[in-house]
Amino acid sequence: MATKDRKNVESRSVEEEYDDVPAPEPAAAPTATVETEGTDDLLDEIDGVLEQNAEEFVRGFVQKGGQ
Amino acid sequence: MSVNRVMGTETEYGIHAPGDPLANSTVLSSQIINAYAATVRAGLGNLAGTRWDYTDEEPLHDARGWEVSRAEADPSQLTDMPPVLDAEQIALAGGRRPSGNDLYAEESSGGVLMNMVLSNGARLYVDHAHPEYSSPEVTNPLDAVRWDKAGDLVVLTALRRIAQTPGFAPVNLYKNNTDNKSVSYGAHENYLMPRSVPFGHIVTGLIPFFVSRQIICGAGRVGRGLTGRQGGYQISQRADFFEAEVGLETTIRRPIINTRDEPHAVAEKYRRLHVIIGDANLSEVSIYLRLGTTALVLSMIEHGDVPQIQLHEPVQALQAISHDPTLQQKVALKDGSMVTGLDLQEMYLEAAAAHCRRLGTDEGMTADVLERWGRLLQVLRRDPLQAAAQLDWVAKLKLLEAYRERDGLDWSAARLGLIDLQYADLRPEKGLYYRLAARGKMERLLEDAAIRDAVREPPADTRAFFRGKCIDRFPEQVVGASWDSVIFDLPNNRRLQRIPTREPLRGTRELTGRLFEESASAEEFISALLGPGPVNGVAT
Repeated sequence: MATKDRKNVESRSVEEEYDDVPAPEPAAAPTATVETEGTDDLLDEIDGVLEQNAEEFVRGFVQKGGQ
Repeated sequence: MSVNRVMGTETEYGIHAPGDPLANSTVLSSQIINAYAATVRAGLGNLAGTRWDYTDEEPLHDARGWEVSRAEADPSQLTDMPPVLDAEQIALAGGRRPSGNDLYAEESSGGVLMNMVLSNGARLYVDHAHPEYSSPEVTNPLDAVRWDKAGDLVVLTALRRIAQTPGFAPVNLYKNNTDNKSVSYGAHENYLMPRSVPFGHIVTGLIPFFVSRQIICGAGRVGRGLTGRQGGYQISQRADFFEAEVGLETTIRRPIINTRDEPHAVAEKYRRLHVIIGDANLSEVSIYLRLGTTALVLSMIEHGDVPQIQLHEPVQALQAISHDPTLQQKVALKDGSMVTGLDLQEMYLEAAAAHCRRLGTDEGMTADVLERWGRLLQVLRRDPLQAAAQLDWVAKLKLLEAYRERDGLDWSAARLGLIDLQYADLRPEKGLYYRLAARGKMERLLEDAAIRDAVREPPADTRAFFRGKCIDRFPEQVVGASWDSVIFDLPNNRRLQRIPTREPLRGTRELTGRLFEESASAEEFISALLGPGPVNGVAT
């Protein structure tokens, strides 16, 4: 399965991926900021907000039944 | 003939206290309700209607025409009984119950609050082991987005308060649908329909649509199977948790079409279609189209215009489509032909466009839903990753792919699982959806201010207006409420006064707004509402 999964998604460069994003509509919310930085910057920011110790955190997220 | 109809959403949030990993989830959920109550008391608004009126709840009525006995039902199906949590459970779970003004106020000393009705007409309560926000009734998909998102702000307010309260471990909330350890929890939709539409038509008309609409409104998930251990990425959070085509259950043997027949309205005229198959969305466009396209399909079903498509194995097809983010996977129809999820959605889109043309519908939001739906299907056919600004599953996939590329990660990497989870974290500084949105990478449909206002204000054009305004104006006298009632306790009355609200499109601002403005007290309001005789139907 794993090999098939990897094939599932086209491999293009990270830069291309995020450069392709269509500009948000003019009506976008006021919180939207002008995009000046690239993907590296986005990933850097997200590195900074991700919880420490991914494995432990994900393992600890245990829910009881739901609808 | 349009996207307009009475509708609403329900969100069960994932709940987790990383600093208190053994905490009881029902206790944590009750903290959310009580923390919000404390915030309301502290000035955001009035606290009332904390008792849910269970009189008209019928969770065991099946739309196919029978009723399940209580003895045969799974305990989780008995949603017409109030949950109870005693002080001992709270103490056991480590949740100190301080006296004074912290989370639990003196007035709830008989027990912990498990339910609130909010001034925006919504219900906030403990549903089994999750906090749940059920939105007020609205009349169109954009308002559905607005009051759904208002719910995220409500529970965010609550978790902030818990974080500031000494003695309580911070609680995180996630707008997702699975813990990847075999548990799933729901994001339901409700649609009002005429009772006259045969239930069988609803079933056959909706199944192929529900199997395929995930390509528009899936939230994306790392992993496959109940525990997510089979690697890879899939479109839907919920798909792997469905086992049946049609059924009454919502927590076990989950069905694509849920038959709970609990109209919360005049039962002879209406049914409430209870949809349990959706993913919880953060993207406004995903929510908008989830509700908007479904409303269009219901309109087609009501008019006999729905495409006659029969899937060979609907549950298998649901999962097969979810498991292929390239959208190439074909599934079998009963006539032997093979189609993709995109093909199915295009069939519904074309039929919906023809349906609206035939009925001469040119209403603005309906045209907008059709246009966006069509445009997104085209984009998905060309290159799914181009829809990242609109669709949750694509936004998440793109982010994951960027990490995979930069760090050479396999799908089993814990960091990818964390990104999946944290996409749905409701704290704007931690939630990855919010981080993307702050950079303008998610298309927005609403101003932040509109969502903020909806935390307090009810929709003007449904009975939610009446419910919300009663709570806001007469907090002392409103002692209970439900979807189809508001209960007053008036000082001069020996009996409680129950005002039924069984017509979802009455009790609007147009019909009752002046009454609220002109009444100085609850007594005046009730006597003006009811008039000299029996209940005259202003609200009912």
